[in-house]
Amino acid sequence: MNTIIVNGNTVDWEDGMTVRSLLQKMNFTFPMLIVKINGTLIRKDEFDHTLIPAGANVAVIHLISGG
Amino acid sequence: MTDLLFAAHDPALLRIWQAANIGIAGAGGLGSNIALSLTRAGIGRLVIADCDIVTLTNLNRQQFFRDQIGMPKVDAIAQNLGRISPNTHLELHYKRIDAGNLDELFGNCDILIEAFDLADQKQMLIETWISLHPDRPVIAVSGVAGYGNNNSLLQYQIGNLYLLGDGHSELIPGISPIAPKVAAIANMQANLCLELLVRIYHEDK
Repeated sequence: MNTIIVNGNTVDWEDGMTVRSLLQKMNFTFPMLIVKINGTLIRKDEFDHTLIPAGANVAVIHLISGG
Repeated sequence: MTDLLFAAHDPALLRIWQAANIGIAGAGGLGSNIALSLTRAGIGRLVIADCDIVTLTNLNRQQFFRDQIGMPKVDAIAQNLGRISPNTHLELHYKRIDAGNLDELFGNCDILIEAFDLADQKQMLIETWISLHPDRPVIAVSGVAGYGNNNSLLQYQIGNLYLLGDGHSELIPGISPIAPKVAAIANMQANLCLELLVRIYHEDK
């Protein structure tokens, strides 16, 4: 399976894909993001080295100031 | 012993809510409104932490009054809640919340409600809480700026993380959120909190 699901949309998976490279590929440039892979939270300081497995279900939510 | 304040509450629901211990992280536009609604609903215990004092510019959206300017927000909230109900036990912390003290402040809460202003603080709270207590809900907010377009207000869930707001509205520097929308979202947080408490109660039985 060479795809993953990102926020409900199918995206091509690449060998060695990390959270960081996925965010760049998707143009998710917001500074504050919550990322979950298959339901598990990935902390911001783990984005660079966390590999995304093929077939993963990824949720990316951006947080905006205000409250 | 129940105050007649709650004479028109559903007793079965009130029992669930009176047994609850809810954390509110921040006492501004979101937190001051959440605390009022949860107290009126009969929540038994609130832990509220905030490091700010009330200023006049807060009064365009936050549930404080002119005679409270200069007071720590947590003390002003306690004063206001006390005028409504003696039934909610308050634990107040006049201090800045960070990853190092989050668990010390809120570790015994059933649900944590994020009521911060800044996105980096929201991220810190969500990451820290989910790491420490993946089994307990956190109710956060993203996108409170502006006015109008009620249909844009949504609830998004992944696992025990709930996110409310419009998900996209950015604040213009120097312009605060506007009272109706931030209060609406705060009350969506409070409303979801009550719903989750009932759901958790029935799941545990």
